[in-house]
Amino acid sequence: MKYVLVGLSCVLLILAFIAGSSYYKDQQIEKYGFMAEKNAELFVRDHSPTLGSDDAKVYLVEFMDPACETCAAFEPFVKKIMNSNPGKIKLVIRYAPFHDGADNFVKILEAARMQGKYWETLDMMFKTQNIWASHGHWQPERLWEILPQVGLDIEQLKKDMHDPAIAKIIEQDMADVKALDVQKTPGYFVNGKPLQVFGYKQLHQLIQSELDAQYPK
Amino acid sequence: MSQSDHAAKINWTLLFLGWLLVSVSTTISLFFSSVLEYQPCVLCWYQRICLFPMIFILGAGLFPTFDKSVIKFALPLATAGGLIAFYHTLLYAGVIPENIQPCSKGVSCTEKYFELFGFVSIPMLSFFAFSTIVALLLILKRRTSK
Repeated sequence: MKYVLVGLSCVLLILAFIAGSSYYKDQQIEKYGFMAEKNAELFVRDHSPTLGSDDAKVYLVEFMDPACETCAAFEPFVKKIMNSNPGKIKLVIRYAPFHDGADNFVKILEAARMQGKYWETLDMMFKTQNIWASHGHWQPERLWEILPQVGLDIEQLKKDMHDPAIAKIIEQDMADVKALDVQKTPGYFVNGKPLQVFGYKQLHQLIQSELDAQYPK
Repeated sequence: MSQSDHAAKINWTLLFLGWLLVSVSTTISLFFSSVLEYQPCVLCWYQRICLFPMIFILGAGLFPTFDKSVIKFALPLATAGGLIAFYHTLLYAGVIPENIQPCSKGVSCTEKYFELFGFVSIPMLSFFAFSTIVALLLILKRRTSK
């Protein structure tokens, strides 16, 4: 009897927890769906760098930080999914530089964009992240040695990165981060639907379900 | 004999209610942090340190029959948790000015996440839980020292 009572209480509490989480998640999906419908620019701003065809029906919005390790780890995975579905996925980069000083790396990236080398620079920054951002010890000056490899004019970049237009982009993105309640990077939204459980497989499934919905076979 | 049997049953039930309260509180606390993603502040963490182990301590005291040594082990935890919760509640309510609070990094201890019926805050819930546990344990202490 005692064991049953205690055991039953445990089971009930666990069930309540699971039911509560799934109810909350459904609510969130509904909320984001509504936001995506009513307020699409929360997800994609005019200033947002995008990769992929304009005709793509699946928008993969990624809130990221160039200094975030997991963002770097996800990059090849996202590229692979995009390559295996040519023309169907459009990647939208949004900034969520949560750590102090992380916005400097966004500024470097945006300054590289002015020289038309955005994706090459992002790629190179991710690949060399362990050199300039190893264990939270950030050394932007290491990037000055690395980035000429993609053909950037570093002197010009140093000037451009303080352009107030870039600061404005970061400000807008951070406002959207707050509105969409993005708490960690990378934060993914596929056609406005948030990635609920973080992981490679889960992201793949979310993208695949949108692909299936938008491109019926 | 039947009278002491009856007393033992009541002791067990009181401890079980205490255990249930601790378990419900832990579930809610974990729900706030892992599902709703409320970041626990420093004071919340201290209270959690006192709360979570009580599941196992009070739980162990229930088997195979009521064990009064549970009081000795659980009372310090419940008291410490209660004191921190009391301090936290005052801080949150603004009775203690914010500039003397110890948590400046991370989440502020007065960050408002949730208020039931407009006034029941998370620190208040915590204080309620801890003081009920302390009360239950004190009742058990009196009952068993006779």
